[in-house]
Amino acid sequence: MDPRVAPPFPTAALPILQNMQLRKNVAHATDVIQAKRNNLVAEKRDWHELRTSAAAIRAHVLANLGTYLEQFETTCTAAGGTVHWARDAAEARAIILRILREENATEVIKIKTMTSAEIQLNPALEAAGIAAIETDLAELILQLGEDEPSHIVVPALHVNRRQVRDIFAQRMGLPELSDDPEALTAAARAYLRRKFLSVPTAISGANFLIAETGSVVIVESEGNGRMCLTLPRTLITLAGIEKVLPRFADLEVLLQVLARSATGERMNPYTSLWSGITPSDGPQRFHVVLLDNGRSEILGRKVERQTLQCIRCGACMNTCPVYRQTGGHAYGSPYAGPIGAILTPQLEHMQHAQSLPYASSLCGACYEVCPVKINIPEVLIELRAQVVNQERSQPSRWFDPMYLGMKAANFVFAGAARFRLAQRVGHLALRLFTGKDGWIRRLPSLGARWTMSRDLRALPDQTFRDWWATREASATREASQHEERR
Amino acid sequence: MRASLFITCYNDTLFPETGRAVVRLLERLGVELDFLPAQTCCGQMHANTGFRAEAFSQARRFVQLYRDAECVVIPSSSCVAMIRDQYSGLFEELGNEELRKQFAALLPRVYELSEFLTDKLGAEDVGAYFPHRVTYHASCHGLRGLHVGDRPFRLLKNVRSLELVSLANLERCCGFGGTFSVKNAEVSTAMLDAKLTDVLATDADYCTALDNSCLMHLGGALHRRKKSLQTIHIAGILASTMDHPHGATP
Repeated sequence: MDPRVAPPFPTAALPILQNMQLRKNVAHATDVIQAKRNNLVAEKRDWHELRTSAAAIRAHVLANLGTYLEQFETTCTAAGGTVHWARDAAEARAIILRILREENATEVIKIKTMTSAEIQLNPALEAAGIAAIETDLAELILQLGEDEPSHIVVPALHVNRRQVRDIFAQRMGLPELSDDPEALTAAARAYLRRKFLSVPTAISGANFLIAETGSVVIVESEGNGRMCLTLPRTLITLAGIEKVLPRFADLEVLLQVLARSATGERMNPYTSLWSGITPSDGPQRFHVVLLDNGRSEILGRKVERQTLQCIRCGACMNTCPVYRQTGGHAYGSPYAGPIGAILTPQLEHMQHAQSLPYASSLCGACYEVCPVKINIPEVLIELRAQVVNQERSQPSRWFDPMYLGMKAANFVFAGAARFRLAQRVGHLALRLFTGKDGWIRRLPSLGARWTMSRDLRALPDQTFRDWWATREASATREASQHEERR
Repeated sequence: MRASLFITCYNDTLFPETGRAVVRLLERLGVELDFLPAQTCCGQMHANTGFRAEAFSQARRFVQLYRDAECVVIPSSSCVAMIRDQYSGLFEELGNEELRKQFAALLPRVYELSEFLTDKLGAEDVGAYFPHRVTYHASCHGLRGLHVGDRPFRLLKNVRSLELVSLANLERCCGFGGTFSVKNAEVSTAMLDAKLTDVLATDADYCTALDNSCLMHLGGALHRRKKSLQTIHIAGILASTMDHPHGATP
């Protein structure tokens, strides 16, 4: 999914809201993960302290990012790895293609990496005649089904197992396949084993990079990632520059909060750590591509910087009432949900995906669950302010009802006399739309967006301030009459 | 005890009965109320939509108006959350040091209604009577912004003859979200549908909350669907007494 060409969120959400099966799948899956997460967080008596530590570690990294990245480059290189720096998506794609060409690769196996989706790697590989084979079960389902990821941790969350069966049956040529989970994983296993054993180049993302040791950390649930990390001759790791941690010991905190927040597990089934190259064991050529792609721009901004604290657990998506209704595709980016709503527009330098900061009711559920305490509502509001600053002087917004309304409201709120006059005018104007029962069923312009599903009670004849003024006047009158009588 | 009432722009215009209920309730509890007619809006709508300079004007107006108030009572959790969470940042970005200081001094004296009743007045039993089946909707700004916790429940449990029924998925947003309800009307409606399913399942007579904004959204949809279940701000319930029950003419 490419945010540069994706339709705005409200438009993209429309067909999804009609897809009851998808919405049911999303609601069910997020309920299951959330219930597990909540139980495991509840059992942790020091959850609050863990969260505070995780947030502090991540904030410290961002405050010293240059130092830790250079340290990582030194330690990783010393361990036999090659570190590449990519300013943007195009540079990252070019580096990866160059390495693959040097390897004469025609196929490459991939571990789930959202960063590769961010840089649109697969289409570039395809154009260069290199077949990318997704080995994460969920990514495989999506690749075979020609679908897109809708969640950063559980990319095929919107697909149920009957749909998986249909995809596998068709694409793997297994018409008799049942939708039994064991049968489905066995089919995927048979399909993927051939690739693991024959393809000598692999691409991974990274959950963390360790500056102290030059290590890369991958957490996963299936073990397919470990196949990709150990069997090929050449391994390329693509990582956003914010993924670095200072010390090996920092994993103590971050792995605890990550597993609980992401999948509702005390510990994820597979945690792979490696540092450079081990002679005669595992990949013998190892590259790390460090991707900036807008991140250092985000780093320079006071409120938005916290966006980069993210450890991609997806807890914000699972708890988000908006994501629950729309799933991930409406966000038009590999990064969906609340974190996607703040990350995507920033990665696009506020040039695309301008509707995303508004794809939230600001309910704050995301902030509450975030294991690294990213105040997503605060960043959403900050980005909204940037959108308004960008747009407010554009001629296309001169007659936009939202902009006109906001300006008019500001004028009105600047003085009580104006406000009272606006209340009276509003009262009279809305009478035109008010039914006999005192309710408004249909409004024009932006109001129609309200009355699409909600009636509006007519404005009462007397505002509170007028009631108060009347009451004060009668109290004063009574007091003076009382005075006269005395 | 003296308190200044910031009624909020939308209560003033759309829900004056909530303001009248707050006055009846607080005066019954011995609070001497005043209402500054110069008040308009807290700036939440502008701030949350991205119109920061406009929000700043409203925020400055609020601080200048109330800086000498003994305390300020606001019957809207989202407006209080706006003041607590966003004013400081606005003053830091656009204001001056003097204004920021005045605000810092005022902030501890700004109360949401249920906070004012339980924390400032120490009243959980306000002598109310409301013989109906009621469910409580937790507005996000009260729940996660102000952390009002069980304050509204403590108040409601002490209302005579009130049958309190719990609402499933209490912590989930109703989909109002201010301008979100218009900008993303379809998604807002999908969230509303989910919330209404839970609300209607309570079989309550009334759904109450700390915020008329959520209730305008829920109540508007209930009316559209011709449901008998009604919405009422918590002030309406707490103001209702045996001698002067809800619905009687003032």
